[in-house]
Amino acid sequence: MHSFGYRLNGLLTFAVTILALMCAITSLSDNFNTPSPSAEIKIMNINWFQKQPQGHDEVSLTMNVSADLQSLFTWNTKQVFIFVAAEYETRKNSLNQVSLWDAIIPAKEHAKFWIHTSNKYRFVDQGNNLRGKKFNLTLHWHVMPKTGKMFADKIVLTGYSLPEEYR
Amino acid sequence: MDWQGQKLAEQIMQIMLLVFAVTAFVAGYVLGSFQMMVLVYAGSVTLTGLITIPNWPFFNRHPLNWLDPSEAEKHPKPQVTVISKKKGSKK
Repeated sequence: MHSFGYRLNGLLTFAVTILALMCAITSLSDNFNTPSPSAEIKIMNINWFQKQPQGHDEVSLTMNVSADLQSLFTWNTKQVFIFVAAEYETRKNSLNQVSLWDAIIPAKEHAKFWIHTSNKYRFVDQGNNLRGKKFNLTLHWHVMPKTGKMFADKIVLTGYSLPEEYR
Repeated sequence: MDWQGQKLAEQIMQIMLLVFAVTAFVAGYVLGSFQMMVLVYAGSVTLTGLITIPNWPFFNRHPLNWLDPSEAEKHPKPQVTVISKKKGSKK
């Protein structure tokens, strides 16, 4: 601590190191949060179900997504990214996942919602396996923190199926 | 600052930063506001800087007794006698 510059440097370095420690502890405190989210997805309508010129099946559907994700938010949460994926099995692949819709929830107030929407992203198969296919809809979420570790989890909703014939 | 003052300044700086860091974290956690924690901490860093960095008088309470110049003249520095070998001058 001999000169002004020496003391200033010591102070700033120590302050930044302690700030890093505070951020680490903040991230650790997120582990104490036990979330209890709930969600429900209803398929209102299959708009159309075609075989595309390249030979792949494509579906357009309208769904109603309602969820309560308020318990996911902590003091260290910046936003929650959610997306709905359709999962099904084919002869070629044991698991196919197609993302249908996503959204960013910026605050706890917006985390309890319902939305009536058609699929934001195209539901296309690698091939033409979708006729009469049973599939699951999973709601995934990524809790993005202000500092530290990101938590990701999902809810699997089963029991959906596609029509037997193109329409 | 004198030597005691430097030690005091360093101690004050470390203790203040640690105490204020804990305070800021608790305040942020209780209020549920990350921004509050960062603001309290930033304010405390500035406060600590204002107290420990400038050369305040209370850091100079044990001043060193430098030798008085008139006293120093009475005791001249001993001369070191050197036998220098003169080499041929180079041009």
